Amino acid sequence: MSKHQPLLHITQRGAIKWYKALLIRVLAFAAALAVCGLLCAMVTWEGGSATAGMTLPERFVAFLRDLCNAIGRIAQVVFNASFKSDRVVWKTMHSTAILLLLSLAVTPAFRMRFWNIGAEGQALMGCLASATCMILLRGSGMPDWLTILVIFLASILAGMIWAVIPAVFKATTRTNETLFTLMMNYIATQLVAFFCVVWENPKGSGQIGVINQSGEFKHFGWLPSISEIFPGVAPSFKGNNYLLNIVIVAVVCVILFFYLSRSKHGFELSVVGRSENTARYLGVKVRWITIRTMMLSGALCGLAGMLLTAGNDHTLNPTLVGGRGFTAVMVSWLAGFNPFVMVFMSFLLSFLSNGASDLATNFGLNASYSDILTGIIIFFIIGSEFFIRYRVHTRSSAESGQEVV
Amino acid sequence: MNPFFDFLLAFIPRAVVQGTPLLYGSVGEILTEKSGNLNLGIPGIMYAGAISSVIGGFFYNQHIVETGGVMSPALAVLIPFLSCLAGSLLMGLLYCFLTVTLRANQNVTGLAMTTFGVGIGNFFGGSLIKLSGSDLPSISLAEISKYFHAPLPFAKDLGWFGELFFSYGFMVYLAIFVAIVASWVLKRTRAGLHLRSVGENPATADAAGISVTRYKYFATCIGSMIAGLGGMYYVLDYASGSWSNNAFGDRGWLAIALVIFAIWRPGLGIPASFLFGGLYILHMYIPTGTNLAVKEIYKMAPYVVTLVVLILTSLRNKRENQPPEHLGLPYFREER
Repeated sequence: MSKHQPLLHITQRGAIKWYKALLIRVLAFAAALAVCGLLCAMVTWEGGSATAGMTLPERFVAFLRDLCNAIGRIAQVVFNASFKSDRVVWKTMHSTAILLLLSLAVTPAFRMRFWNIGAEGQALMGCLASATCMILLRGSGMPDWLTILVIFLASILAGMIWAVIPAVFKATTRTNETLFTLMMNYIATQLVAFFCVVWENPKGSGQIGVINQSGEFKHFGWLPSISEIFPGVAPSFKGNNYLLNIVIVAVVCVILFFYLSRSKHGFELSVVGRSENTARYLGVKVRWITIRTMMLSGALCGLAGMLLTAGNDHTLNPTLVGGRGFTAVMVSWLAGFNPFVMVFMSFLLSFLSNGASDLATNFGLNASYSDILTGIIIFFIIGSEFFIRYRVHTRSSAESGQEVV
Repeated sequence: MNPFFDFLLAFIPRAVVQGTPLLYGSVGEILTEKSGNLNLGIPGIMYAGAISSVIGGFFYNQHIVETGGVMSPALAVLIPFLSCLAGSLLMGLLYCFLTVTLRANQNVTGLAMTTFGVGIGNFFGGSLIKLSGSDLPSISLAEISKYFHAPLPFAKDLGWFGELFFSYGFMVYLAIFVAIVASWVLKRTRAGLHLRSVGENPATADAAGISVTRYKYFATCIGSMIAGLGGMYYVLDYASGSWSNNAFGDRGWLAIALVIFAIWRPGLGIPASFLFGGLYILHMYIPTGTNLAVKEIYKMAPYVVTLVVLILTSLRNKRENQPPEHLGLPYFREER
């Protein structure tokens, strides 16, 4: 060995055993939780068990006891935030489902290395299309099933259009898709803001409120609840308003898994992502694949928009998607683009953000506290990917031929 | 004087003060992108920079109130300034550590940074509001803001000319100065040449003996600090020292849009940012009568204009107007 070895030397791993990868991820997550836990303990500190006459070891024990108490309190609040009642559990599952659908939506494009960060805008366009149908078609005397079908098609089309525009420019003139889709988000936001003023209700409020809540067109264009589809189910069933959305997302999740891993389409887009030249050599039409994949991405985002507006919230406002389009990008990436891992990841993020926002209200903190915690956890998980993809050798281990990590 | 001139005299200074945070943000992001890092965390970094300066200013202000002393102009400017630089430097280091050292995906890291930074801003903002015990949901640092806001002394004597060119706080001139220096560094110095080569083709730069990691770190951290100043300018000058949560809005994203609009040239960023500032407030000046909805359409203007520029530059396909070749991609020597 020469003497001029760097202190740390990094090489790429070929393949890593799945349990090793899992272990690294779990460790990273544990570290993230520890940091978040300490941070929470700091801001919710009550202290109190240390008294004046204590010796140093006794003080230390008292401190540990305080710390355990604090963490116990925090854990309880965080757990309750998602599980304290049936209704809350359903709500958690629903927010997981929406985040999951958006994550699924961006995934085909990501597998193609097309950085679509426009899920926010594409979903918002789906919301806008649903709301438009709900408002403009009422009074047309359409049967319910036809209305729902029209809403479904309109939302999907709207999301698709919003996604295809950047895809066409990427495919033909190689316009940077990250920046393009980012700008499209804000155009969508302003478009929604425009229609919110046009259709404001009541007049002068600048807001739409709940669409078709009562009166002549009560619940026109709303997706049916479970008790409406299956009359045997009592309307008091806690998941009544959420179950349909959750089932739809679950179906999409399974289909997308097979689409990505078992179909010709899925194979083609993976090849395009790995190497465009290889794809061309194989006779894959790269431009068409780019556009087709983004049509799928946009359509799924549009579907998410429909589930939000026609399915659950029954309203329209520029913050309806609420940044979930951006969170979805992180979920998809953190899950390694695997739809089933995404279920877990989106549950985790929904669970944490519920917990953090309850922590904030219970301890009189600011609601933005949850953003900080989400950020910290994502930093740790992002960082851990490095240890999965690369191997770190130290100088001494290089000499003895052993490896670290 | 004719009414159109009066309108311009009212409009242009407002466009300039609106454009200044965008100028800081975009110059910072241009430097960052020239090193090949697409830092989507800029909105978060601007929030973090703003809140750091507010925290610094807040404690200095409290110290003065408690001791009953007199505020020293130098300290009133320096303390927020340095805390802003420190706060945004930390954010820049975090981004670099994740994307350069750990080679994480830049888009994901950037988005996480934005979530994190905005969270930090609003969280500490909210805590300070509580600490100050004010009834309003904002913190006011009016005393400190005075020093940031002070126009050049001879502005008043020069009539409309002074109003147009010399009526701004020093941070506006600093922004222009920083943009010119950045432009000069990128175009005329060896360091700039190296930096551009790192962004275009890190493998070649590496082979030529340029430390890719060092350039990426320096460019991104300096870029973050410049962007952070934009957040500080917004709070301490534009908003007269009052911080309220989420007031900064989506200006960070607009700064990223501006980078495209200025086709990665800090010099061009100066007029472009003032134009964007104008577009940003255009909806307040266009008479729409009772039709408030149209205002929302006008607010689209900066983004639509950016898209058009993005498309046009890729259509014209001129070499010098393209994004850095290796933008958004991590570099690992052994992957070549």
